[in-house]
Amino acid sequence: MRPVARTAQTASLVSCTVCHLLVRRRPASAGPAGECPRCGAALHSRKPNSIARTWALVIAAFVLYVPANVLPITKVTSLGMTQSDTIMSGVIYFVQTGMWPIALVIFIASIFVPVLKLFMLLFLVISVQRRSTWRPKDRTRLYRITEAVGRWSMTDIFVVTILVALVHLGALANIEAQTGAVFFAAVVVITMLAAMSFDPRLIWDVKEPQDECEYPA
Amino acid sequence: MTAGHIMACHDCDLLHRLPAVADGMRATCCRCGAALARPKRNGLERALALAVTGLVLLALANSFPFLGFKIQGQARETLLLTGIRQLYTQEMQGVAVLVFITTVLAPLAQLLVLVYILLPLKLNRRAPGMFQVFRWLRTIEPWSMMEVFMLGILVSVVKLAKMAQIIPGIAAFCFMALIFVLAACMASLDPHVVWERWEEPQ
Repeated sequence: MRPVARTAQTASLVSCTVCHLLVRRRPASAGPAGECPRCGAALHSRKPNSIARTWALVIAAFVLYVPANVLPITKVTSLGMTQSDTIMSGVIYFVQTGMWPIALVIFIASIFVPVLKLFMLLFLVISVQRRSTWRPKDRTRLYRITEAVGRWSMTDIFVVTILVALVHLGALANIEAQTGAVFFAAVVVITMLAAMSFDPRLIWDVKEPQDECEYPA
Repeated sequence: MTAGHIMACHDCDLLHRLPAVADGMRATCCRCGAALARPKRNGLERALALAVTGLVLLALANSFPFLGFKIQGQARETLLLTGIRQLYTQEMQGVAVLVFITTVLAPLAQLLVLVYILLPLKLNRRAPGMFQVFRWLRTIEPWSMMEVFMLGILVSVVKLAKMAQIIPGIAAFCFMALIFVLAACMASLDPHVVWERWEEPQ
């Protein structure tokens, strides 16, 4: 790969976020950058208000994470007995019955990944705000991970959907979804939106592009 | 993508002059390691074939019984949509809509967009508004979560295995095949193959 040793921004170009077409940037006085002539997406040199939006969504997700874990997500009624389960009590149930692999899957997908993802985004946003030059390549990799793992947290929502569909046998056995599921679904969606609103190019903006590539321009 | 083209890395904004990239290889950004181009041999044809296969599988997965459930002589058969309908009637409309989008609507839209764009391209034509439509694919893709749903099925089956007998239906197998077809389809298509058509005369 032969670099031209400049970023699109310093060369007065805008790279379309969707189709990667390079467009000459209009002077700031001409107002917003307009639309990509190829795909019609709004052109931005960097995602608009990336830091503020990511902060807002991360905070919202942290707040919703509490009721998502405290409130029950399912209610099982079987022969007159009713039992409400939170995400964690489901994990504990699997541990107690010796089903370790499933307990681990649910724990990782529903409890560990959302928190990990939120802390990773928090770290990225703060490091960008402090204009950190620390290991930009690894931080970009970290961002790609946050983008890729978020979807797997939907597992528990899908489990609830399937259980609700299958266990619907009147008085014998019945499973209903509870409010916790709503909060949990919101956490998953909001963390995904938070990852989408962060712009990894901000990590590199403090760097001089010539430093890191050995190739001649 | 054509060699000699200048393109900016989508992850770090560094400008690159693209080298000639052989099929099956990928060009990566020298600074942050993002994949800039990943052409595949017959990528367009492969993606089209797999997208059509995916549409057939998706239709089957939504029309045949998905999972059966037997407990103390009582049996119940469900469709993929049964759970979504149950959630909807239990005042969980938001969750129902989210599950519907991620397991039915987004995969369907993804496949339809691909066929709408790739079929005319294969016949050397252009679908009206193809670049605008192709843009939606980027928005739809993260919300299409079939592989996550599969994990959900596995967890539920294990969860219920102790109290009842679970019988996977035709739809469950179609669904499983669909995950691989969809993944292969997205992997064989380098979006730049489509975007580049913009520069060619109509």
